[in-house]
Amino acid sequence: MPFTSPPVDDVLAAVAGRFGPPETSVFRGQTRLIVAAERSFEVLEFLKAGGFDLLVDVSCVDYLEYRDPPMQMPTCAGRRYGLVYLLASTTTNQRLTIRVFVDDPAPTVPSVVSLWEAANWLEREVWDLFGIRFAGHPDLRRLVMPEEFTAHPLRKDYPLQGRGERHNFPVITRQES
Amino acid sequence: MAVSDLQLPENVVVSRLDSLANWCRKNSLWPMPFATACCGIELMATGASKHDLARFGAEVFRFSPRQCDLMIVAGRVVMKMLPVLQRIWLQMHEPKWCISMGACASTGGVFDTYAVVQGVDRFIPVDMYVPGCPPRPEQLIQAIIDLQDKIQREGTITGREFDTAGRQARKRALVELASPLTSDAARNPVLQRELTAQAESLTGRS
Repeated sequence: MPFTSPPVDDVLAAVAGRFGPPETSVFRGQTRLIVAAERSFEVLEFLKAGGFDLLVDVSCVDYLEYRDPPMQMPTCAGRRYGLVYLLASTTTNQRLTIRVFVDDPAPTVPSVVSLWEAANWLEREVWDLFGIRFAGHPDLRRLVMPEEFTAHPLRKDYPLQGRGERHNFPVITRQES
Repeated sequence: MAVSDLQLPENVVVSRLDSLANWCRKNSLWPMPFATACCGIELMATGASKHDLARFGAEVFRFSPRQCDLMIVAGRVVMKMLPVLQRIWLQMHEPKWCISMGACASTGGVFDTYAVVQGVDRFIPVDMYVPGCPPRPEQLIQAIIDLQDKIQREGTITGREFDTAGRQARKRALVELASPLTSDAARNPVLQRELTAQAESLTGRS
């Protein structure tokens, strides 16, 4: 029997009481909560205070030229990037997915490092690979790509084989070594 | 008196100094395991007791490039790793050789992406390529045997064989002369003149 986390109806009710009726969707028993970028910090702060003490992951999806618009919700209509925050509660075992949609140019969301220290490197990775800026991050540097790299390679408009960045290294020949 | 007329006492052999140096070097390779992926597991298996790289005098893996003369690049190398690879290669002392082990190190393999180097030979010199994904230990041992043959065949005590451009120029000079010169004569002007004179007398050219 697959693992299913406890329902999060009580959490959604609390969010509704504080921020108004939430936009949600359910996929295979997993509840997603769609939040506008301007309010994402408040909502995440509220959720952390409400018991979601574990930030499992921060990730991102680029919906550029996606064949189906990701979710037909007013807060995300036509927006290119969909951030994913996976939250969990270590006391109730509840799990909740937060989606935040942002768009070009200069996609920016508030950083949640002040809430979960784990967000530090996760947000750096999303910045590195997707170019999402996290306002208020203490140290927003590249994490996985070399520091001199200029692009954000997991964006869908970045060519699979790169733009020739790897050809700039010096070549060591027998005479030189 | 020619060398073949020399009367040697028992247990005395005559050899070139280059051959002696090559014989010592090829049987005492010290590998530097630059193992980044699954090829590294096969590299460990090659060094372990079943395949026993000690039979070929190359069992002492050292993780310091200063103590090694054979770099084995086993596995994919990403762009961010490449400056490290180049620095380690430069830190190894001469004479040194490089084996590119497996499809990823040789060509990038299936990882034809922005992040992976498409063959380390684009950035450092490579002596032997081992195909396979990953190669069996037998294949790596074959590469080491072939490298030993190469060292014995081409090596010199002063490492002149690494002067690739100079060697190519001398080869071209030999082709232009079109006379039966040995590679030893190419390095010995006196012998070269003698052989050229002999060739001219034999072919009737003046």
